[in-house]
Formats: sequence, structure tokens, C-alpha cells
Amino acid sequence: MSLLDVRDLSVVFQRRGERPFTAVDKVSFTVEPGQTVGLVGESGCGKSVTSLAIMGLLPKRGNKVTGEVLFDGADLLKLRRDDMRDRRGRDIGMIFQDPLSSLNPVIPIGVQVAEVLERHQGRDRRQALREARELLDAVGIPDPDRRLKEYPHQISGGMRQRALIAIALACKPRLLIADEPTTALDVTIQAQILTLLKQLVDDTGTALIMITHDLGVVAGLCDTVNVLYGGKVVERARRHELFAHARHPYTHGLLNSVPRLDSTRGERLHAIRGSVADNIPWVEGCAFAPRCDNVVDACLEGAPTLEPTATGGDLRCNNPVSEEVAVP
Amino acid sequence: MTERTGPLVELRDVKVHFPIKSGVLFDRTVGYVYAVDGVSLSINAGETYGLVGESGCGKSTLGRGLLRLVEPTDGEVVFDGTDVRALKGEKMRRARRRMQMIFQDPLSSLDPRQSVESLLLEGLKAHGLANDKAETSKRLRETLEAVGLPASALTKYPHEFSGGQRQRIGIARALVLDPDLIVADEPVSALDVSIQAQVLNLMKDLQVERGLTYLIIAHDLAVVRHISDTVGVMYLGGLVEEASSEELYREPMHPYTRALMSAVPVPDPVVEDRRERILLAGDLPSPSNPPAGCRFHTRCPWAQPTRCADERPALREVLSGHRVACHYAEEIAAGQIRPHEVEPELVRPAEGTAPGDPGELIPTI
Amino acid sequence: MTEPTTQAGTPAPRRKDERPGRAGGASLNRLGDRKKARLEELAQASAGKGGVSLFRDALRRLRRNPAAIVGATIIALFVLVAIFAPLIAPHDPVQRFDELTSQLAADHIPGATDGFPLGSDELGRDLLSRLIYGSRQTLFVGVLATLIGLAIGVLLGAIAGAFGGWVDNILMRVTDVMLALPALLLAITLVALASKSSQWTVILAVAIVSVPVFARLLRGSMLAQRESDHVLAARALGVKEHNIVLRHMLPNAMTAVIVQATLTLSVAIIEAASLSFLGLGDPNRDRAEWGAMLGDAGVRYFEVRPELAYYPALAIIIVALGFTLLGEAMREAIDPKNRR
Repeated sequence: MSLLDVRDLSVVFQRRGERPFTAVDKVSFTVEPGQTVGLVGESGCGKSVTSLAIMGLLPKRGNKVTGEVLFDGADLLKLRRDDMRDRRGRDIGMIFQDPLSSLNPVIPIGVQVAEVLERHQGRDRRQALREARELLDAVGIPDPDRRLKEYPHQISGGMRQRALIAIALACKPRLLIADEPTTALDVTIQAQILTLLKQLVDDTGTALIMITHDLGVVAGLCDTVNVLYGGKVVERARRHELFAHARHPYTHGLLNSVPRLDSTRGERLHAIRGSVADNIPWVEGCAFAPRCDNVVDACLEGAPTLEPTATGGDLRCNNPVSEEVAVP
Repeated sequence: MTERTGPLVELRDVKVHFPIKSGVLFDRTVGYVYAVDGVSLSINAGETYGLVGESGCGKSTLGRGLLRLVEPTDGEVVFDGTDVRALKGEKMRRARRRMQMIFQDPLSSLDPRQSVESLLLEGLKAHGLANDKAETSKRLRETLEAVGLPASALTKYPHEFSGGQRQRIGIARALVLDPDLIVADEPVSALDVSIQAQVLNLMKDLQVERGLTYLIIAHDLAVVRHISDTVGVMYLGGLVEEASSEELYREPMHPYTRALMSAVPVPDPVVEDRRERILLAGDLPSPSNPPAGCRFHTRCPWAQPTRCADERPALREVLSGHRVACHYAEEIAAGQIRPHEVEPELVRPAEGTAPGDPGELIPTI
Repeated sequence: MTEPTTQAGTPAPRRKDERPGRAGGASLNRLGDRKKARLEELAQASAGKGGVSLFRDALRRLRRNPAAIVGATIIALFVLVAIFAPLIAPHDPVQRFDELTSQLAADHIPGATDGFPLGSDELGRDLLSRLIYGSRQTLFVGVLATLIGLAIGVLLGAIAGAFGGWVDNILMRVTDVMLALPALLLAITLVALASKSSQWTVILAVAIVSVPVFARLLRGSMLAQRESDHVLAARALGVKEHNIVLRHMLPNAMTAVIVQATLTLSVAIIEAASLSFLGLGDPNRDRAEWGAMLGDAGVRYFEVRPELAYYPALAIIIVALGFTLLGEAMREAIDPKNRR
């Protein structure tokens, strides 16, 4: 059994007096124990909303979540709020993009880590603080004894993200969701954090859902990658397969449009034309059709379905990029 | 592709220091943020100079100092033979037509209350170039066409456009004045990945068509390398390495450049699995209290007990056209010095900066 | 974003980097004509609209907000009543009616009777007519006080925000002093200075109290504008400094001030009423004023006939609420975070 099995998850935002907006549209994917799964896409593709829906962190009003989120076979969406709150932090940890706003500015870092242990593991304060110190040490925060007593604004962005990881890992969760954990950080700090995450996943055996817009981050980290567009999974493949033979024109376009450090300089980038504002609703056809180079008639006759590919992935496209075309 | 002539821009030992003020009733200067601390570089006409570095390294401040949007504390800024710093009032304002800027956040840099037409007209009016109505209208349309926007965009407002289109408006606003130099501060980092390529391609096309000279400031080494002829790497207010884009990628000589290069993720699992990362220990030191000697020595895996901690290395030409500010560049390149473990030093977020602000302090005039 | 039609977007213009050979051109030709037409139609739909300024955009959102509609309706009614008071009021508000005065007693003030729907006040005048005429006074005092406060405040704030430095420092210390004065104390002082109270002391007192609010708000948002990218962009374009202040900083900073003015109107009305309530307003007892009505008769005859207090109090509350609702709705509508 999969650790996490997301089935047909949909999130529809409905604000009064406005048209309903489908942010996540029947997304399904699974996470096996110890596996690292990537959710990749641009802003507005629904990747963050997906993670918030899994964690039960969407606001109570103004949205409708349907589908199933099976964690260990139990549907998280059916849990009462209290039970879900117990699960969060204990079974599932989460790391956010902005470490400063995710930490409480008026509580010392040590206490913030310790509180998680007290709440979920029933430790007393002294024991919890001792474990918090070990955790800070484990995530590579120098001089953890002193850091325990310090406040979030007193440490740097990279250190804050480490502290947040320590909090997320405090209860040894079996699943960690990282939502753009390095986007706010500099590259050299990003490299530190990614190395740390990889090492923690290897050491503790926790599964990781990595949400990012950066294909480079995914390339070094994820076992399986889900590419989202317009709220739907458009392509899913194992890491090496995806980067070597991207089949969906969107994935293919993304890979070709980013300048690579190791590519020949001055080569023209193959831009994807238009912007997400050009999308058409999925009920009308493929949302990506207006921007797609491979568009065919069928693309405007209802949404294509997600079909398994010969290489063990899934693909939602009527006219995929041929397998021979390797990404340069 | 581009004709090589003399330098259009020359910076000589430019410094931008911001005073840190404190006090209840009367502000007292209690220290300085050494945002840019002695940078010399030159940009040839028709070429692209890419300035790369992490937040807090002073790259944005240098770009603004060049345009005198912040006042340099010291040094010379020579643009096409004239010392920009010596220009006063109206003369400086006039000179701005030839040196334009593109901003990171296309929405916040466009006045939300003005239509695209009025945004584009503003610069023309400021330089008395909007006298003939028919002529002006033609000029606006041509500029919009050049950046790939329809003429119908003129009557619209910035908030009605998508991110990539807004950046096109920002480019059009700079372009309409027919400048020689464009300073682009993180021109694509606020845009979605699929849009970045459109904007980068557009900038490249415009350079070829109009013979523009670019100073591109970005944190993304891949972007900078892609678009630039020459790349300068900044660390904590100073230039640590400068070389042609190819050369820098082929043979990075400064330890910081090497670390930076090894940290940039490449969207290719084969490369990612093989590469060796040089992980830097700790964080960027505060620019208000930079380390003595080489500014990088506190994090440098190749740091040596002699010289590094007490003598600031000058930017010197190690190979032809390849300048490096490291005492031991040759020895490191030859493999005579091996990298070692570095104990991370604790770095406090800079005093006076807002919490969460990575420290790029840019007060404006 | 699966719904392009909800985007206040633009069509996909033909771009240079589209590479029509490889891209759209050829493949688009293969599309069924009907489908192609629909794609065009979709593009047209979003292209047709546009040119919507921030102001119109905010207005559109304002019209959809029930709070704004309620507030605007209250204010509209209030203004109409004030303007057409002589036509609406059944009686002269000053006249004492014999049929009412005859019934007045120490322990009795007549309630609703024929021709006098709300009954009499303590002097045998028609309460309804006085309430209706009272709206004129409230509108006059509230609007004038706010306008004076706004004018002085904007002047001070704009100077401080435009020049900065020591000018700013001095002006802000002055507003600090003004902030320290409570309206009541100021009014008493003004009355003492003027040797007798009038509605002008009330107007002036309320205006002066609102000056620092406007001044600080405008200065603050002008300073924020000064730091903003678009002001920097204008400077980089070589726009003259006074144009930057007048065309970029001031207009963008004024939005917040105008919203605040709407909110201040309600405060001004309440403050003016409370000053009158305390007898610091117009000494002319013939002039109907809600605060004075509440203070004079409402309190003294509360045991006898509480309606004398209820009605003017209710009037004050409803009108103040109207301005607050509209002001808050405006603030919400203008906030770019709420734009979709």
C-alpha cells in the first residue's frame, strides 16, 4: 500500500458573487514510503493548493475540496479538524517557502521546536528542549545551545529554513511536504538546504513531496515527477525518463526554455508562447492548447485523458513530442 | 555579431556606502553599510555585461549607482567620455535619456494609475521629444511593436496585463527614449519560467536591432551566462572575478565563483547525480561589518593562514581577459592548494534591515 | 487558471519569438475552422474590454459590495433629506405649536398625535421636523470640518512628504502636538478664545483634530511612494522632480487619504454631536442639531419621554454608520490585494 494515495483531488474556490475557479482539477498521484515525489509547475498550476488540501490547511470557507487523500489507507479529508491537527506535525510535516512568516516571531526557536515534541510526543519541557537541541544540531545549525534561546529575526534566512525543517522533522513524520523550500534563498544557501533535505530523506526514510517551479531542483532530488498545468497533472514520469524524454509539449517546452549553465552560450531559447492567461478551460479542450506547438484538432474537443506510457509514466496529451527528440 | 568599439561605460573604484542612522530626536551616523566598496569595470558599446551575485552583494546598488539613482560615495562613473558624477541638476536629468533601466518587478515599477500610453509618453515629454503628435504616436506604436505588444495596449493599464507583458511594457518604456545603455536589474526573476525565455529572447533581439549596451544584474548564473558577453561576479561589495562568459564557465578561478557555479541546479539528473557540490559554510557576512582581508576568507574552503585574513586581494589579470581577486588563484587552479572544511561562522542579520530582508539596503534619494 | 475569460487579460499578441514556422502557424491551420473561430472569439472577448483604470476597477468592485451599497444608500438619503428639508419637513422646526404646548407638563411631553408623527419636543415643537432640519446642521458641520481638516492636512502632509528632511521633521513635530490635544479640550479652548461658542468653534475644533490624521497619513504614503519602484523608474527616465511629486507620488498617496476622509466624516459627525451635546456648540437653541437635541432635552427629560433621546441618537448612529460602511468598503475596493 502506498503511504499517500491522492485520488481525484479537486479544489474549487468559490467567492460570493464570483465565478467558481477550479484550482486543482482531479489530481491523482501516489507517494511510496521513503520516496521523493516532485510536483512541478508554474504559478497558478495548483501545486501549492494541492499540498494545502492534503494538509487540510485551506480556509474553511470559500472552497470545496473533493476526492480522496488516503494516508495509510485512511482518508484525511474525512478526518475531523482535531484529528487532522494531530496528524499534522506527527505523521506529516510541512516546510513553507517563507521561513520567517512560518515561525512565530515572539517565541525562541528552541521553544518552537520543543512545543511540537511536547504536543505530539508528550515530552516534558526539559526533555523536549534537550531533543530540540539535537534536532537543531542535526539540521546543521551551528552552536545549537545558544540558538535554542534566540528569536527568528536574530538568525539568517538559511538558518530559519533549517529551524523550520527541524520543527517539521521533530516527530519523525513519515511524510514531509516541502512547498518551494528554497525559492526565497540564495543559490549557495539553496544548495545547502537541498543537500540537507536529501541527506535527511536518506537517513530517516521519510517520504518527501517536493513542490517547486524549478526543474533544476527536481532533477537532483525526486524519484518521480508530476508536472502540473492548469490544475491537472499533464505528465508523470520517473526522474531520468522525464528529463531525457519529456513527452508533453509543456514539459518539453519548459526544459527548452530555461537557460542552462552547461549549455552553449548565445543559443536562442525556445520560449513557450503566450502566458497562462491564454489557457482555455479544460472542459473546452486541453488548457495548454493555445500555447502548444503540437496542437491538433482533438485538443479542442474536450480534455485529453491521462494515459499510461510505455515507459511506466503517465501522459495527458493527444500529440506528444516524439520519443526520439531528446532534450538538448 | 556586435561591433567592438571602445568602452561605453567605465567605473573606476566606485563606492556606495550607506550611513546607518540611529537616535531619538537627532539622527546620528553610527556606521556604514559598505554596499559597494571599490568596483572597477568597463562595458564595451554593444556588449552585454552580466553582474551576478547573491542578495546583499551590492550588485543592484552598483547598477543604481551607475545611473546615479543612488549617489556613489566615491569613484568615477564615466559614460561615453563624460564623468556622470560631475553632472549637476538639469544636465544630469538630460543625460538620463541615454541610460535607461529595466526593473525586477514589472508591476511595482509601473505607476498603477497611468495607462500604457501615458507611461511611455512620460519619458518622451521629460526630454521634449513629444512635440509632434503624429510623430509621437508613430514612435509609441513602433516601440510597442518592437517589444511584441499590440497597439491596442496603449489605452490599457498595467494591472490588466500578465507578468511577461508587463515586463515588455517596462522594456518599451526604456526603449522609447532610444537609449544607448540599459541597466536591467533582475529582468526575469519575477517571471514564470516559461515567460523568462520570451523576455530574454526579446532583449537579445533588441540588442541586435538597436545596438544596445546592457548591464544585466541577476542572481541566476545560468541566465547571466546565457545573455552576457562578459560576466562579473560580486561578493560583499566587491568584484571577485571577471571573465568572458565562456571562459568563466570553463575555468572559474575564484573559490566563490566555483562554489556559486556548483550550487546552480541543472535540470538534468545525469549532471546532477555526478556533480560535486562545493557547499559553502554559513551565511553572507553583514555588509556593515565586512571581514578584514579577503571578504570571502571566512567561508572559503581554500583559505590560507597567510595573507587571506589580513590583505584584501586586488582584482588582477591572471589570464588574458580574466581578472580574479584572489591571492592564490594560480595555486588553486593548479591544484596545489586543496579545499578544507570550514567551520560556519554565525552571521547576524544586518542591523537596521527589516527582519526577513536579506540585506540589500537600497535607500533612494 | 483554467478560466481565461475571468482574467482581465489580453489576447496573445503575435510575438517575435513565436517562430511561426515551427510554432502556431502551421499547426493552427490544421485546426477545425469552427474551433479556430472559437479560439479567436475567446481572444477577442478578453481583448475587447480593457482600458479599465484602477479607479473604474475599484468602482466596479465597490458596486458589488453590499456594505458599500447600504452605506451609499444611507448617505444618499441623508444628503437628500438635508437638501430638501424644507419640502419634507411637515412643520417649521422653530415654531411652537399651541396644541402641543398646551399638553406640556412637568411629567408629560406629548407623543405622536395627528399631524405630529413623532410628537413634541420639550418646548412644544415638532420633533420630526427638527430631526429633519437637524440633518442639515450635521451635514454642514461634518462636511465642512472634514474638508477644512483635509485641506490643511493634505497641505502639511504633501509638503512634509515632498521635501522630507528637516521640513518633514518640523511639520511632523507640529502634528504630534496636535495629536496630543483632545477635541473636547481644543473646543473648550476655542470657545474661551472666541469668548462665546458658535457652530464655527465646533467646526474648527473637529477640523483641527482631523488635521494630523490626514497629514500623517499622506506623508506616510508619500514617503512609501518615494521608495517605490515606479518613482525610481520615473527618476531614471529623467522626469523632473516636481513632476514626480505631482504626477506620481501625490496621486498615488491620495487614495488612502480620500478613503480616510470618508471615514473621518463619520467621526466628525459624532465629534460635532458630542461637542453640541456638552453645550459647546451653537448657543442658538432654535437651530435644530442632533447632538444638542440629545444633550438638552434627551438627557433632561429622559424619565419623561426617552424618545427625545432615542431619535437623535439613532439618527447620529445611522449616518455615522453609513459613512463608516462606505469608507471601509472603499478601502477594501482600492486595496490591490483584493483585485482579481
